[in-house]
Amino acid sequence: MKTNVRDAGGVQVVELKGKITIGSGDVQLRETINKLVDSGKKNILVDMNEVTTIDSSGIGELVGCYTSVTNKGGKLKLLHLPPKINDVLTVTQLITVFDVYESESEALASYRG
Amino acid sequence: MSALRPTSKAGPIRMSLSSRFENIEMVQHLCSKLLEGREVPEELRHWILMALREALANAIKHGNQQDSSKHVHLEMDVVADTLAISIRDEGPGFDPEAVADPLAPENRLKTSGRGIFYMRTFMDEIRFQRHPAGGMEIVLKKNLGAINEKEENPA
Repeated sequence: MKTNVRDAGGVQVVELKGKITIGSGDVQLRETINKLVDSGKKNILVDMNEVTTIDSSGIGELVGCYTSVTNKGGKLKLLHLPPKINDVLTVTQLITVFDVYESESEALASYRG
Repeated sequence: MSALRPTSKAGPIRMSLSSRFENIEMVQHLCSKLLEGREVPEELRHWILMALREALANAIKHGNQQDSSKHVHLEMDVVADTLAISIRDEGPGFDPEAVADPLAPENRLKTSGRGIFYMRTFMDEIRFQRHPAGGMEIVLKKNLGAINEKEENPA
């Protein structure tokens, strides 16, 4: 998996590309988010547009990241969920846990609200 | 009539793999080849491969504890429109009834424990048994024909 982090008006947009699966991408996701949290970044928007595959380990890491950020008083939200990842989050009822956005500008605005 | 159809053109596939996550995609590729030539919708193929991935990851991580000297024993075939996958590890086994429900509110934010749930969700049948030769065996089944009929004649 490839990651790219950019600042958009104080919100860290984490762009993920590729697979978030066991042994490949799952740990990387956690490390990327932990690094942001450790450096005091609280508003994190994870762009899933180019995530091709996710498995239960990847979902677990996503949940772990959500908890880490929330526990530090921050907000982790999701952007551009591919339909199959949306399905995977829906069947485990996690879709109700995450704030999910289709538009980056709307997502960024939600942090200001 | 379906019972009279021949078994898959490819298969059965029987193999033993070392316990490495890198082997998961190779097995997914083989399963894809097994489904080739059948009218399996892309969506269905995707969920079958996800269930397969979860079963293999379970066997490698929890069953064999990522000990690469231990093997995962695999068998896949399509018989009479049903894909059957058997995956056996060399671990001590576990009680599937004792696995926590990932939908329970207290488990919703846990970082693990969803693999078996996904297998149950995406396959028609899932069975766990301790194998006479040792280890835990998971058998997954999916009726490919029934799904095709459903999609051709939506209610």
